[in-house]
Formats: sequence, C-alpha cells, structure tokens
Amino acid sequence: MLTWVIRRDLLLAMRRQADVLTTLFFFIIVVSLFPLGVGPEMNTLRIMAPGIVWVAALLASMLSLGRMFSNDYLDGTLEQILLSPTSLSLLVLGKMLSHWLITGVPLVLMAPVLGIQYDLPFSALVVLTLSLLLGTPILSLIGAIGAALTLGLRGGGVLVSLLVLPLYIPVLIFGAGAVEASTAGLGFEAHFSLLGAFLLASLVFAPWATAASLRISME
Amino acid sequence: MSINWYKYASPASFYFLAGKMIPYFSIAAIALLIVGLYIGFFVAPTDFQQGEAYRIIFIHVPAAWMSMFLYVVMAFWAGVGLAFNTRLSSMMATAIAPTGAMFTFIALWTGAWWGKPMWGTWWVWDARLTSELILFFLYIGFMSLQAAIDDPRRADKAGAIIALVGVVNIPIIYFSVQWWNTLHQGASVSIAQSPKMATAMLAGMLVMALAAWMYSIAMILMRARTIILERERHTAWVAELKGMTR
Amino acid sequence: MNWNSWSEFFSMGGYGFYVWGSYLVSFMCIAGEIWILLNRQRTLQQYLGQRRIKYEREKE
Repeated sequence: MLTWVIRRDLLLAMRRQADVLTTLFFFIIVVSLFPLGVGPEMNTLRIMAPGIVWVAALLASMLSLGRMFSNDYLDGTLEQILLSPTSLSLLVLGKMLSHWLITGVPLVLMAPVLGIQYDLPFSALVVLTLSLLLGTPILSLIGAIGAALTLGLRGGGVLVSLLVLPLYIPVLIFGAGAVEASTAGLGFEAHFSLLGAFLLASLVFAPWATAASLRISME
Repeated sequence: MSINWYKYASPASFYFLAGKMIPYFSIAAIALLIVGLYIGFFVAPTDFQQGEAYRIIFIHVPAAWMSMFLYVVMAFWAGVGLAFNTRLSSMMATAIAPTGAMFTFIALWTGAWWGKPMWGTWWVWDARLTSELILFFLYIGFMSLQAAIDDPRRADKAGAIIALVGVVNIPIIYFSVQWWNTLHQGASVSIAQSPKMATAMLAGMLVMALAAWMYSIAMILMRARTIILERERHTAWVAELKGMTR
Repeated sequence: MNWNSWSEFFSMGGYGFYVWGSYLVSFMCIAGEIWILLNRQRTLQQYLGQRRIKYEREKE
C-alpha cells in the first residue's frame, strides 16, 4: 500500500515535470539573489551560506506543500482513500515520502552546487548536503500537517506558511548550525543526532496528526 | 450525577454563569491594577543598577507570563474540545487566543522599550525575546487558521490540531533557540541573572500579574459569551432570551 | 515616597520616554482589545434586535 502510493505519486510527478522543476528553480533563484542583495564580499557570503541555503530550502519545500493533497482532493481520489479500509496514517506517510522524493531530494542534490557559489570548503559542502538530507524529510513530514489543515481553504497557500514556518525553526537552527559548527572546527555530531531525533519523532507523530487533520478537513 | 456536570458544560448555562462572574473579575482587575501601579511607582525603590527604567518590568514580566500560560491553557481547552467533542471547550480556546496574542505583543513591545535604555538597542536576538516572537507567530497562525475556516466545527478541530502541535513544539523551539543563542555568544545580552530584587519590587510585580490574570479571565469570559451568542443565534434559548417566545 | 515633584515623576530619572512609551502602548492595546470586543457585541445585539422587530411584526 505504501509503495503503491509512492509509485503513483512519482508517476504523476513524472507527468508534470514542470512542477518539480519550478520548486528546484525557486530554490536556485532565492539562493542566487542573496549575493545581489548583500554584496559580493566572499568572506561575508561564506559565513551566511549555510543559513541562506537552509532558509531557501525551507521556503522551497513549503511552497510545494499545497500540491501534496490538493490534486487528490480536487479529483476525488482523497475521498476514496478516506473511505478505503487501509490505515490512513500509512497512506499519508506514503504521500509525505513521495513529497520528499519529489521536492526534497532535488534540493539536497542541488545544494553542493549552490554551496560552491558561496565558496564553501569541501568539508562544509559535505556537511551541508548531509544536514539537508537529514532535515528535508522533517520539512515534508511537519509541512503535511499544515497542508492537510488548510486543504480547500481560500488563501491556503499563505496560511500554510504562517502555520508551518514557526514549526520549521528547530530544523533550521540545527541544520544551518551543523555547517557552521563544522567550519568553525567544532563537532557537528550533536547537531546531526538532534536532527535525527527530530526526524524520528516527526516520523511517529506527523502521519498520525496529518491523518486526523485530513479527516477534519474532509468532513 | 453526570447530568449536573453537563448542565454547566452546555453553552446556554455557561452563558448565564459567565455573565454573573464577569463583574467580579473586572472589578478585581481594576482594583489590583491600581494597587499594582501604586506599588510599582510609589513604593518600589529606584533600582541602583537600572535606575527608573526598570519600572517597565511591572508590565513586561506579567505580560510575558500570561502570554506563555494562556497558550498552554488554550491548547488544553482545544485538546479537550477535540477529544470529547465538547463545543464549549473549543469556544473557550477560540476566546483565549486574542488575549494571549495581545499579551505576547505587549511583552515584545515593552521588552524592546526596556532593552533600548539598558542594552542600547531596541532588539537583541536573545533566547527569551526570540522565543516570545515565535510564540506570537504561533498565536497568529492559530487565529488566522480559525478565521479562514467558515464552518465553526471544522475551525474548532483544525485549530485544536495546530494548537496541540504548537504546544508540543514550544519546548523544542525554546531549547533550540537557547542552543543557537549560546553558540553565537557576543551578540546576546543575558537577562537571566537579574540582580536581587527588593521585596516591594517583587510585590508590585506579583500584584500586577494577578491583575493580568483577572483581566484575562474577564476578557475571555466576555469573548466566550459573545462567541456563544454568535454561534447559537438561531437556537431556541437565544430567541427566548431576546423575548421571542414561541 | 520616591518623587519630590510631578516633573520628577514624569521624567523617570531620564528614562521617561521609555517607561511611559511602554505603559502608554500597553494600555492602548488593552483599550483596543476591549473596544474591538464591545464592537463585536454591539453588531451581534443589533442583528438580534432586528430579528426581534421582524418577529414582532410577524406576530401581529
């Protein structure tokens, strides 16, 4: 069942490649805008790089949340899923994972290239990519709650940012903090283990909360 | 015996009970405010380090306490409303949010106006100020979600989920902000080690905190009454209340 | 007593701007909250009053 949802969502995403590319290019553009706003001073940019890449990843992941349930909601698939006897939490978990595969993984793959724009050393690039690899699934998991709650509401896109961005703050702090700690020569293991703890906790609670939210929104 | 309990849990009887209680809480709030301000400005001595500027804490600290406490109470009632499907609990949560958001704003504002003479800047990214700002965002999120949903039952339940997710996240957010703050030492000024306070200062703060409590209860009851009347305006008891007997 | 004169009270040892700025805005917030709620109640009462008038007319 889980693999069925993921395979179906990936297939749909392949048919609508423009959606996937828009998110990725949004990420690239936001990251590339910062030097234009701040100035080309490499020493400043190197310090700001982890924060900028992480904030851009947060925004890119958030912007694509609307698509997580809305297409299925509009064509009635979601109603069928709610009526089906299989566990809704499991199906929701599938939706979350496919959202991560479609939006999160491209961001992770793109991050080292953008890090080079900011003249990050190789070790920092590795830590940045790994922190995104650990952190972006959390964004999909927590974001799904917001996406489910705002399903079918007017102005849902702006609303989801108000609901979800404050909850992303711990991920931002420890994700960007890991890169900063590694460039400062400190250990980044503590950051990674905390990100891992967040990931596990949200893996347990987010599907359940999202399933409850979907039931409320579909009543 | 359970019938008795449900009698007070029904919005109609709560409406009348709250109506009787509001005057007492309002009078208590005004009286405590006057006493608190009197202690704060005329009894409490000048702080030898901060001069007269410290007198802002008489409003800052109670506002900050209320803002955090009210979020937890709001999440509690929202959770009760979600779990037991009691309309009144959800209405209480909706009634608490604006007062909590207002206290959060006051705490932020007075924090900035205290910080300017003390630290030389209006804003520092101190762990407490940052957490308070995030708390403000959480209140705004809860209120805008409920405002965007037309169906009151869906608004209640959706608000409950976001309030509960928020209340679970507050300790995590606070802890992460603290970690982030200690990592970037130098940019922050710690207000954790406050100098030992004179008894009159502490008394003024506690009386002001009590006044904030009484004010919050009075406001929340008043808003809850309004929400009840708005939602139940087509029911028989409201019609009877307004002299429209069938 | 802390203050010898009113002007001393208002100057707050040079911090008057900050102290009174905080208190003024805080009380404006409280007044605003009360005003918004009273407005909401008035709108509701107007609605109920109009329904009452309609009801009386139908009864006659």
